[in-house]
Amino acid sequence: MGKYIIKRILLMFLTLFIIMTMCFILVKLLPLPAIREMGKDVNLILARREKMGYNRPILVQYYLFLRNIVTDWDWGVGEQMYESLNVWSVMMQKLPYTILVNLYSILLAIPLGIGFGIYAALKKNKWQDHLISTLVMVFISVPSYVYAFLIQYFLCFKLGLFSLQLETLRNAGSLFSWKMFSSMLPAILSLSFGTIANFTRYTRAELSEVLTGDYMLLARTKGLTKAQAISRHALRNAMVVIVPMIMAEFIAILGGSLITENIFGIPGVGSLYITSINVRDYNFFMAMSIFYTFIGLASGIVNDISYGIIDPRIRMGSKK
Amino acid sequence: MMNEQKIPAISAEKFQFVQQDRTIHDERIKTKPIGYFKDAWLRFTRNKSAVVAFILILILVVFAIVVPIFSPYDVSFRSGYYQTLQPKNEWFAGSGFWDGGRKENVNDETYHVLRAIGRETGRDVIMKDYRTYEDANGITYHEVRVDSYFKVGFAYLNLTENEYLKLQDYQNEKQIQVAYPLAKTMSTDFLQGNAGANYWYKLKNEASTSTGAPVLDENREPIPNYQTTDNPNRAGYNSLRVSWDDGGEDGNTWLVYAQKNQSGYRVRVDYYEYFRYQYGRVPCFLFGTNAYGQDLLTCLAAGARLSFLLAISVSLINFLIGGIYGAIEGYYGGAVDMVMERISDILYDVPFMIVATLFQLHLASKVGVLVSLLFAFVLTGWVGMASRVRMQFYRFKGHEYVLAARTLGASDRRLIFKHIYPNSLGTIITGSVLAIPGVIFSESMLSYLHIINLETSSLTSIGTLLAGGQGYLSTYPHIIFFPALFISILMISFNLFGNGLRDAFNPSLRGAED
Repeated sequence: MGKYIIKRILLMFLTLFIIMTMCFILVKLLPLPAIREMGKDVNLILARREKMGYNRPILVQYYLFLRNIVTDWDWGVGEQMYESLNVWSVMMQKLPYTILVNLYSILLAIPLGIGFGIYAALKKNKWQDHLISTLVMVFISVPSYVYAFLIQYFLCFKLGLFSLQLETLRNAGSLFSWKMFSSMLPAILSLSFGTIANFTRYTRAELSEVLTGDYMLLARTKGLTKAQAISRHALRNAMVVIVPMIMAEFIAILGGSLITENIFGIPGVGSLYITSINVRDYNFFMAMSIFYTFIGLASGIVNDISYGIIDPRIRMGSKK
Repeated sequence: MMNEQKIPAISAEKFQFVQQDRTIHDERIKTKPIGYFKDAWLRFTRNKSAVVAFILILILVVFAIVVPIFSPYDVSFRSGYYQTLQPKNEWFAGSGFWDGGRKENVNDETYHVLRAIGRETGRDVIMKDYRTYEDANGITYHEVRVDSYFKVGFAYLNLTENEYLKLQDYQNEKQIQVAYPLAKTMSTDFLQGNAGANYWYKLKNEASTSTGAPVLDENREPIPNYQTTDNPNRAGYNSLRVSWDDGGEDGNTWLVYAQKNQSGYRVRVDYYEYFRYQYGRVPCFLFGTNAYGQDLLTCLAAGARLSFLLAISVSLINFLIGGIYGAIEGYYGGAVDMVMERISDILYDVPFMIVATLFQLHLASKVGVLVSLLFAFVLTGWVGMASRVRMQFYRFKGHEYVLAARTLGASDRRLIFKHIYPNSLGTIITGSVLAIPGVIFSESMLSYLHIINLETSSLTSIGTLLAGGQGYLSTYPHIIFFPALFISILMISFNLFGNGLRDAFNPSLRGAED
């Protein structure tokens, strides 16, 4: 198991390295953004670019880039946005918003999703199940931005329940204040619909399969009530699939949702990424790309490994 | 050790049929054999939701193909006057729904401006008066339903001499009043711009800061205030006149319908009628117009067509590349599989957003936005298809029938295409269909976020439309409603249809994921 995990992680870094290299080369092949001719600082910018090695061969630049990361954890500075601010520190400033919004939405989605899933599985093929399954189908299919529009229109404009924009940090006091939370609520809600539906679907599918197992019959015959049998035997086995999914989801929340952040004006990493593309800030773009790639890879690994931790029957890395 | 048995020759007549003179009870199977696809089809048609979804998809596809052909407008149509119009269907006229009206709370001044427009054109701008109330500051407000089409009212236009004559001919022929008398507004600002076109009455405030509030007479009606002349045909106007323009009491006071200027003639037209004169039809936009004055129906259909085209070509290309790649991996296995899997693994892990962005930055200026988007989708999109095909090949290549064919001397190519592919076709088709909504969603998201820019004069996409409606969500929700509804229906139908296909082709998987 330990060996397998190490192997997977090493492989992950190899993949990350390859993607990073390709990304870096492709970015460096792009023409540098034109210098805005304000004042007479053109020569200054040119000099800075020279100093930062922008005119050297790409592979040398890549070496410098890697060296800076490895030795100083230096991801460069912003050129077109957050000028001369450290890329990493800006990212770290933005990350809490993204994490908070997504974390709240998952915390909301887990009990609801699993609850609906259990209910649907217990009522399998009755109208309650059909209703839930239909709703799940609808909620999974409809793109998340449509919920965002609906929530914004009905809850924010029509009913005036929430403010349209996120509270500023200064206004709200702290990230964890109630004011901040309530202004995040529209975004949280619109993110959670899809997640709830997803959790419901998997819980229902897993649980209804588990419920037909022979050991469920045994549990009932040896005298357990239905509730006991379900909570002690069925649910635990169903969790083998659900828990890894939730774990992977937790990693994936770092990436956030570009479109929801955009709609609700959350100053998270998603909007940072979009801005970096729009203003062509390659340092930010590079860092964000690596960040997203890393998150994708990590959530895949967590998903795989947690299977093995939760269910000892699943042997990791064994050749079949 | 050889064990050859000598078989003695037996002459033919020693054989005889067992059932020579008895009836044979076995019957030949007369029913037609049900093949794999027939079987799948039967299963598919039994799944009602999938069939409904399929029909819905067909309707949406027909919508996307037909509407741009028959629509009188196209994507490049942008009306400078008819922006953010409400959806209107002439069948619903006067019903209070889908009739181009919009509930608004207007103050007293605006209320009278709207009424005045209605008075002059003869088409009531205010469709319904709900109530009049005073707010906390004692300002009077009217809650009314306003016709967004009639609200536009009049416009000052600069016509060339030719256009001017044509307009007059049209008026004479159709007996429809398009050009209306010029208003006598004091401020030249009004005559320069368009704001004053609706002020045909005496204004409370004649300066350019005027809100257009009229001076009301004892019947609470505005007092007309037109430019007058003693020459009825001034500026070469020789056409319809408004009914009460009869020369006045002295028989020598005529209204002015046009003003000659350097480039031609300046006329004040009823824009609704002018639109009819220009396009041969009364303005009526089924889905309304957006903030650029584009017809939403046409734009939506054009965007949908683009999405469908893109999604289907991506799906087809992925089908080809992924099919071949996966077949080679799965069929040959071993080291070939190993190397090819690593390549596709790495590609699979590249976030699509980054690929799309990089392609956009590199290629969009060279091969166009659409082609570079297509490349981006294809670059990572085929990996899923390849792994699906690979799995099917692993499943089937050890089967006896494949071994038998190989023993009979079938070549690799024949084995792949004749023996294994047909068996895995169901899975592949399902995968291809289920990829389509993903592509459409990604495309709409990317264009919504302006990472790709699919908006040109003659091109639009669903994401662009959504982005354009975002700013008007509170005031004109219809702009965002129709694209959002369209994409929601599309997504639901495609998912249901895909699930139906999967169940039909692969009954053992039924219900595993839904």
